[in-house]
Amino acid sequence: MTRHEWPLFEVFVRAKRGLNHVHVGSLRAADHEMALHHARDLYTRRNEGVSIWVVRSDAVAASDPADKEAFFTPSSDKVYRHPTHYAIPDNVPHI
Amino acid sequence: MAFDDAYHALTDHDDDARWAYGTGFTDPLAGVPGDLPDGVDRAELATYCLMLGDDALILSHRLQQWVTRAPELEDELALANIGLDLLGQARLLLTRAGVSEGWGRDEDDLAMRRDPSGFRNLCLAERADADFAHLVARLFALSTWRLALLDRLTASRDPMLAAIAAKGVKEVTYHRDYAAQWVVRLGDGTPLSHERMLAAVDTLTPQLAELFHSHPTEIGLASVGVAVDPAALEAEFTQVWTHVLQAATLLPPATSLSGGTSRGNFVAAESSPPGGDAVAAEVSGVPAGAEQGSARPWGRAGEHTPALAEILDEMQGVARSVPGGVW
Repeated sequence: MTRHEWPLFEVFVRAKRGLNHVHVGSLRAADHEMALHHARDLYTRRNEGVSIWVVRSDAVAASDPADKEAFFTPSSDKVYRHPTHYAIPDNVPHI
Repeated sequence: MAFDDAYHALTDHDDDARWAYGTGFTDPLAGVPGDLPDGVDRAELATYCLMLGDDALILSHRLQQWVTRAPELEDELALANIGLDLLGQARLLLTRAGVSEGWGRDEDDLAMRRDPSGFRNLCLAERADADFAHLVARLFALSTWRLALLDRLTASRDPMLAAIAAKGVKEVTYHRDYAAQWVVRLGDGTPLSHERMLAAVDTLTPQLAELFHSHPTEIGLASVGVAVDPAALEAEFTQVWTHVLQAATLLPPATSLSGGTSRGNFVAAESSPPGGDAVAAEVSGVPAGAEQGSARPWGRAGEHTPALAEILDEMQGVARSVPGGVW
């Protein structure tokens, strides 16, 4: 009997309200419903999350490492795009 | 800057910043009074706590035995998580049993230094699983039953039992969901998975009568508002069990259920001869489960299958070989 391998899913967990979902890893599952269950069991066992997203890995379009220069280097000297000249109050979290 | 550390922003707990995630744990039993409720027999309450604690402890051990044997890594961790949840419930319940009996025994004494005849778990909790289908069928039955029980136990007059139950309800809700999803997935899957899931359910069905066979301790404590009489759980159990088995195509749809099938009518089936008149017995006014003496061996009374001794040989092995050892 041939063994069919489950597809790969990427897992994103939001640690608490107000933060964004963060990629935490991947897993295998037969479908989205099972992937959510597995994500809960693999990636939130230590109280990490309040929300989980899963997405089929083959549905993710990724930038090509060969395009790195054209994609990312031009922004490295545009200091005026950063709000670093403002004073940030100490009690403002998650900037 | 205050937010140089990317992880720091992810936690509210400044005193525990070395952990990126997973701080903010709480003790669900904090502030719960440990006094025994008035007018309740200590020994009876201890026995009842042992019953529920032993169910969790023995099933937890069976689940742990699946670690390294599960069909997929992800499910192995899921089973281990469920086993750990149950082990946590067992610890709280055995501790409560020790306090209640008042002989100074703690959770370790009760888990590791008791003979099979002292265990009060349901025999269903100790049975070995022939395959993954048997495991999920058994886990589905036991968690459906336990959820119905814990849900009612949150109203117990014993504040500690009520708090333990409230913690357990959330855990067992997930256990039931996990198991039910697998029952449906395998039952409504390929011809081979359907056949094996059906075989598992057919093996399990005659063993379910034990779930609703009330022990005098359960009846007595239920009458004073401390415990739950398991006979009262049968209606909810049957509804959930039937619903999931229908979704799994292991039972005919609801419209034709009245045709009678032993798989949806486990209590009557258990007390009837094979292929017998489960429906006829109900029609004739004999209540389901009337022949309660047929639930043998009766785990609640300390009667067990040989499987329990095998489990304890493994589980208690270290404690027996190193008496009093701690680490």
